[in-house]
Amino acid sequence: MTETAQPPYPAAEFGDGTTDPPTIPLPPVPADGAPGGPSDGPSGGPSDGSSHGPSHGPSNGLSGLETRDLTAWFGQRKVLERVSLQMRAGEITALIGPSGCGKSTYLRILNRMHEMVRGAALAGEVLLDGEDVYATGRRPAEVRRRIGMVFQRPNPFPAMSLYDNVISGLKLAGIKASRDERDHLVESSLRQAGLWDEVSNRLGTPGGALSGGQQQRLCIARSLAVSPEILLMDEPCSALDPTSTRRIEETIAELRHRLTIVIVTHNMQQAQRVSQSCAFFLASHDTPGRIVEAGPTERLFTSPADPRTADYVNGRFG
Amino acid sequence: MTAAVQPTETRVPPPEADRPRPISAPASPADRAFRGLLRAAGLSVFALMGLIAFFLLLRGTEAFDAVGWSFLTEQRWRTAAHSFGIAAVLPDGILIAVIALCIAVPVALTAALFISEYAPVRLRPTLISLVDLMAAIPSIVYGLWGLFFLQPRIVGFCRWLAVHLGGALPFLEVRTGDIATSYTSSTFIAGTVVSLMIIPIITSLSREVFSQAPAGEREGAYALGSTRWGMVRTVVLPFGRGGVIGAVMLGFGRAMGETIAVALIISPVFRLSWHVLENGGNSISSLIALRFSESDSLSLSALMAAGLVLFAITLLVNVAAGFIISRSRSGASTSD
Repeated sequence: MTETAQPPYPAAEFGDGTTDPPTIPLPPVPADGAPGGPSDGPSGGPSDGSSHGPSHGPSNGLSGLETRDLTAWFGQRKVLERVSLQMRAGEITALIGPSGCGKSTYLRILNRMHEMVRGAALAGEVLLDGEDVYATGRRPAEVRRRIGMVFQRPNPFPAMSLYDNVISGLKLAGIKASRDERDHLVESSLRQAGLWDEVSNRLGTPGGALSGGQQQRLCIARSLAVSPEILLMDEPCSALDPTSTRRIEETIAELRHRLTIVIVTHNMQQAQRVSQSCAFFLASHDTPGRIVEAGPTERLFTSPADPRTADYVNGRFG
Repeated sequence: MTAAVQPTETRVPPPEADRPRPISAPASPADRAFRGLLRAAGLSVFALMGLIAFFLLLRGTEAFDAVGWSFLTEQRWRTAAHSFGIAAVLPDGILIAVIALCIAVPVALTAALFISEYAPVRLRPTLISLVDLMAAIPSIVYGLWGLFFLQPRIVGFCRWLAVHLGGALPFLEVRTGDIATSYTSSTFIAGTVVSLMIIPIITSLSREVFSQAPAGEREGAYALGSTRWGMVRTVVLPFGRGGVIGAVMLGFGRAMGETIAVALIISPVFRLSWHVLENGGNSISSLIALRFSESDSLSLSALMAAGLVLFAITLLVNVAAGFIISRSRSGASTSD
């Protein structure tokens, strides 16, 4: 099972051809069995500099996310083991795998939601632009503002108006804005989330009055309003009908150029449709979740290196 | 399949076919028996309430007949002279309840928020049972504590209030001279003691609704970069608002009915006064407790009549509280 820590694909296959050398010295690699060098394994392989230097990387100032040897526990139970993955700036990374494989836990670790669960613990690093989000003294609220999240069940503030829902993040994060700025922000966020045309004439109605799909897009708009660098989506369409799902997928595709997206999905077709990179998680009853294989979505679906990946993406289990 | 559907679409349906058909859902004998039992129990509560009201009305009729409408406007309580009414005791009792609420609500709400949102999870059950324990202390104990412990110690504070703020806020003025007994046995002290008795119920109910604030919305707030206080303000407080209002009203109802502690502390005065720090005050329930030993039938009837008024007010407040709780999001069981 060593391939879980060092997935069996070469670095060149994962990257999109950018060959910039790392521009920021990498933090020391953990000594215990981590990938040996920057060109070996998922943490080193794709780290060709694109995520470490947003200002001078190839990705138009967008931020990337990376985890190194991430292990997570709930109490005594280990749910994730040594997950190293690069989520490239400006890309949509899909996390796939059967239920209970730890992908939602992984996602919640990325923006420090994991630690709010009682008994939750973790080891390893989550690097946002090369800086550990779990560094001592770093506030979770600041991390969460930069790494937004959309949940499985739409969770707008039901009694709050649509307008206030969109700008709620500003108030919560203590960001001041003038009336004009807020008006502008509400419109642009709702437009980006693909909801503006449907609600522009009733911004005063409460968030709870929308349909499920609209609520979810409202939640996306709400997340976008605080201009996060990363957007995490935890099965954002699993509670929605196919039409709403399609609208959300269109929204996600349009957002790709504005921020980096990591999406957990159970839907193979969705992963194929929206993502550029893909990571396949797998756990069994006695082993914690690990990444079996990660790489460009197309390759993972057409010529997976691991037979288990092939079985899963072809619907033979899970 | 289509052949079966086709005719019904083309044929004009007979007018009676569109009517809803009767649906019968016969309950099993066990269900019927249980439902009957519950219905009897539920109705007996209403019956009991009705009987109490009827009893008070019956016994109070003599007093109502004796003084008529002046029962509601007369401040004095001289049954022998056929001159008595609740115009002093009722507002005084409300005043005690309002003072109790002024002290209890901030304490209870912050305690409830602390327990449900801030206290370490391991400590929560202990804190909850401590608050519940507070409600289990007999009110005579609170009364004795108020009389022998609190009063001698709070008089200084009362005096300070009267001297420094009495000029600006007339209701804090004390006009009976600056001696120690001017400040004892006041509405304010009685209200302070009563506040301790209504803190548990307000805390308990508020904590309950706070803890029901949906986890999804909490996480939504946190995921936007909210601090804990921001989350509480945006999710927990709006969610719990209806429940809190209901809890406060229930507390008010209890404060209105609180008897023994008030009877112990207050020195009864049958003259309406808004000067809460002054010696003397009253409430219907303490009036009943203190005068119940009077044997003559008109006096008893007058007390019953006063009790009926208190009963009606408390009932009204509680019904309104229940209505607000059930209409609010936090109280409605269908909310998610």
